[in-house]
Amino acid sequence: MLSTEEIMKIDHEIALVPIRKAACIEALKIVQNNRGWISDESIHAIAAHMDMSAEELDSVATFYNLIFRKPVGRNIILLCDSISCYVMGYEKIYEHLQTRLHIKFGETTPDARFTLLPNPCLGTCDHAPALMINDDLYRDLTTDKLDDILKEYK
Amino acid sequence: METPLTQHININRPSLNLKDYVRVGGYQAVHRAITMSPQEITKMVQESDLKGRGGAGFNTGIKWSFVPMNDNAQTKYLVANADEMEPGTFKDRLLLEGNPHQLIEGMIVSAYAIQANISYVFLRWAYKKAARLIRQAINEAYAAGYLGKNILGTGFNLEMHLHTGIGRYMCGEETALLNALEGKRATPRTKPPFPQVSGLFGKPTIVNNVETLCNIPHIVNNGADWFKSLSPGADAGTKLYGVSGKVNKTGLWELPMNTTMRQLIEEHAGGMKNGYKFKGALPGGASTDFLVEEHLDIKMDYKSVAAAGSRLGTGTMIILDDHTCPVGFVHNLEHFFAQESCGWCTPCREGLPWTEKILLSIENGEGRPEDLELLRMHTKFLGPGNTFCALAPGAMEPLQSGLKYFSEDFEKHINEKRCPWR
Ligand SMILES: Cc1cc2nc3c(=O)[nH]c(=O)nc-3n(C[C@H](O)[C@H](O)[C@H](O)COP(=O)(O)O)c2cc1C
Ligand code: SF4
Ligand code: FES
Repeated sequence: MLSTEEIMKIDHEIALVPIRKAACIEALKIVQNNRGWISDESIHAIAAHMDMSAEELDSVATFYNLIFRKPVGRNIILLCDSISCYVMGYEKIYEHLQTRLHIKFGETTPDARFTLLPNPCLGTCDHAPALMINDDLYRDLTTDKLDDILKEYK
Repeated sequence: METPLTQHININRPSLNLKDYVRVGGYQAVHRAITMSPQEITKMVQESDLKGRGGAGFNTGIKWSFVPMNDNAQTKYLVANADEMEPGTFKDRLLLEGNPHQLIEGMIVSAYAIQANISYVFLRWAYKKAARLIRQAINEAYAAGYLGKNILGTGFNLEMHLHTGIGRYMCGEETALLNALEGKRATPRTKPPFPQVSGLFGKPTIVNNVETLCNIPHIVNNGADWFKSLSPGADAGTKLYGVSGKVNKTGLWELPMNTTMRQLIEEHAGGMKNGYKFKGALPGGASTDFLVEEHLDIKMDYKSVAAAGSRLGTGTMIILDDHTCPVGFVHNLEHFFAQESCGWCTPCREGLPWTEKILLSIENGEGRPEDLELLRMHTKFLGPGNTFCALAPGAMEPLQSGLKYFSEDFEKHINEKRCPWR
């Protein structure tokens, strides 16, 4: 079931496009923002509202990197693993994250504090290595800096 | 030396709001454009020889001229491609964060030239600051009457929306971008019909790169000849060039299009870091062929880079140094392309993961001598003409040139059964 607030936001997006279905990505974003991830139940609820089959909506949801079809932690770390960060040593940052958090790419800490994911180029290659935590961008990373940064996220 | 694109960008200060932007001459191009016919603007842009800055380098005015102009009652769309996800590329971020009104002004003039009534900024998810600034700037432009109904009393209407993507390199490919805007998987469309005739929701649509659009106000204000005079070389205008990797001063610079690779690396980026030697570079993002030492004096314009066997691409260079393993470097690139392949066509869907696996086994010291031939075969099978879009051919560019220039390093991995850099 979608909440009244979710439906209101989704209907606002639907009004902006000529075909109802065209707002389905916005709908996924709205629900994920609210619930943290997109469950099977959410897929069915959104699909019904968008006049789509659940299968069609899921084909869209699973196509995009940042729609989460599994539960995620409270904070999402997106570590850039693309070329400039490779040259500048993102692998050291990754090793450091693994020792600090005891998780690998694709995993969530048992206390649900962090989910760690690899992410393609963050578009800040002149300040590599780089990562994002939720909406915040961190650049020119060193392992020392990383420890201070992690402390900010509870 | 003139730097029209970045003259009002200072990354240490907040970007200009509408009032301050107008004070330094902003939105003049809109006032000027509405005194001209749409066709006159398109002709001016065509004559300026502005080439698309999104990677393909097609003349922007010619691209616009394919939009049907006989039925302006129908909906037409203009889309700014701000999906910037090509690894090693960080130029549009500067324009988006540094001067959002310049992009909006460019979009209004471009939309007027093709008589589009609805426009989108398709922005990648990761650019949070840009999203906030663009949203704010769009609101300001509506309030000032530069967007909305009957703009400056001309009867021309233009809506502008910000759409933020949810992460997929393919969203940057222009027909896949249109599918993403329609709420579909970002797979490309068959051409023809070209988007100029049948694009978003089946209506005529122009998709242009952010940097391309940011040039438009300056061309309209100063003329085609002025734009050509910015570069004494083969191409017109300035270009945002970037350098990343082991140099002293990584960054972005707006320079004439006759700048050489050596000037970029040595003068602007301050040379290689102490203890590191230049081994090669991808001149314009992840999907361009390696250039090496012998190419350092070529000019970074479309023709010269192509003549050297590569592409100017996005103009943001990634440097391979002598402490970085070329096999690991190319493996990293192919990992990206394999992950981002949309799966629509077989050579790319099957060939890229295979390529990635072979490269990983070579890097891990498990490569076989015949693997190099297998990789070369892939560069043919996934090359131009065999796939639905340019992702796979682009992925093959650093691989084919890597095999050519660094074959000794590949062989050494196989012969010694280990990575000499680890
Ligand atoms: C896989 C792929 C990704 C692309 N990503 C982008 C991008 O992020 N930004 C961009 O402007 N062009 C990108 N392009 C190029 C666009 O398809 C298109 O050529 C460009 O937006 C046209 O604008 P221009 O004529 O102003 O260069 C990409 C192309 C491919 C094949
Ligand atoms: S080349 Fe790759 S990315 Fe392009 S359509 Fe084919 S499968 Fe998709
Ligand atoms: S490669 Fe990491 S930010 Fe571009």
